[in-house]
Amino acid sequence: MGKYVCAICGYIYDPALGDSEGGIAPGTAFADLPADWVCPECGASKEEFVAE
Amino acid sequence: MKKLIKNNVYWLGKVDWDLRKFHGDELSTGRGSSYNSYLVQEEKNVLIDTVWMPYDNEFIANLAGEIDLNKIDYIIVNHSEVDHSGSLPELMKLIPDTPIYCTANGAKLLKGHYHQDWNFNIVKTGDRLEIGNGKELVFVEMQMLHWPDSMATYLTKDNILFSNDAFGQHLATENLFNDKVDPCELFSEAIKYYANILTPFSSVLRKKLQEIISFGLTIDIIATSHGVIWRDNPMQIVEKYALWANDYQEDQITIVYDTMWNGTKKIAERIVEGILKASPDTTVKIFHIARSDHNDVITEVFKSKMVVMGSPTLNNNILPEIVGFISNMKGLKFKNKKAAAFGCYGWSGESVKQMNELMGSAGFEVINEGFRNLWNPDEDQLAKAVEFGEQLGKL
Repeated sequence: MGKYVCAICGYIYDPALGDSEGGIAPGTAFADLPADWVCPECGASKEEFVAE
Repeated sequence: MKKLIKNNVYWLGKVDWDLRKFHGDELSTGRGSSYNSYLVQEEKNVLIDTVWMPYDNEFIANLAGEIDLNKIDYIIVNHSEVDHSGSLPELMKLIPDTPIYCTANGAKLLKGHYHQDWNFNIVKTGDRLEIGNGKELVFVEMQMLHWPDSMATYLTKDNILFSNDAFGQHLATENLFNDKVDPCELFSEAIKYYANILTPFSSVLRKKLQEIISFGLTIDIIATSHGVIWRDNPMQIVEKYALWANDYQEDQITIVYDTMWNGTKKIAERIVEGILKASPDTTVKIFHIARSDHNDVITEVFKSKMVVMGSPTLNNNILPEIVGFISNMKGLKFKNKKAAAFGCYGWSGESVKQMNELMGSAGFEVINEGFRNLWNPDEDQLAKAVEFGEQLGKL
């Protein structure tokens, strides 16, 4: 599972870590994040992310 | 001295006529700026943002001249950057328990700046705060416009949007309102502000503008944190932002070069000739970057469909002013712009290739291999530079 980078603020989504603030369990692939998930750092939407 | 905005809403900021550089020395502010703080005096007294730290004592003395500080019920912090929150440390020493309303990121960032555990009240988009006389403040998160904590606050009934940095301009004026300043100066500062500060967040802004429009708020006044308050057709600046956020460009080509013994400069001039031969209506501007204001040139890049970079080769490298300028453009994440490069050399001649690589990594579409010239250009080479310009002008 690959990491994804927020093109707005540079936050890196690491599937191994998930996103505890956003209720995303470790081991969740980027593709499996809900459509309304947003960057925990800056609030950018999922479509602003690019594969690292 | 406070100045009336509308009904019980007053401006209480600092006009900084002396400011010539901002963000340290990163941003030029040739027309000064202002740090706009607002006092809303309904049944509750509300302070919206403060002013930059060097003016904190002056600001607090002014504020105390208008209102007993202990009667301030709420402080709204739309944005934690020090030019707006910088007076809080001194002010909070005097009224330490006053509730501060900000976003979750706002509280985090204020703690990061000042390391104080003030009385933070976290708000989200759509949250409302009653301030009496039937009026409410409505909060709108503005994440990454231009920091993670950014927020706007809307005052009902008076229909004022306190937009903080959004829609701002670095323009000193004692007369507060957009209809009281030279519209050309105002436009020039508003687009420079967008180009140099907001360009990287254009995609976020596009969505945010849609969201704000979907709320159906009536906006009679946009009270920004820098420069004029928009009261005469306030939506004109929102319309401009909608245009600028959409990967804005005009029929303009900007040439940005540096030169050692004027060889690269001569080529730049011939490229201009070629562009205009192929496309007489295209606006072409040419900047010797080492002698130009980088932020003003960024505004020209913002307006351009193509940027042509010129540098001779020095020590197997590009001249440093050009590298710095490309780095600036990279950070601003320009979209949908073409690029080309040119330069003189004496022996190794790497500069053009290196500029192409840097411009590619900065998100520009590099359209060809560029134009290199050994030593000083002769008439044949200058004619080829014109041809190179014609190729660019035809795109």
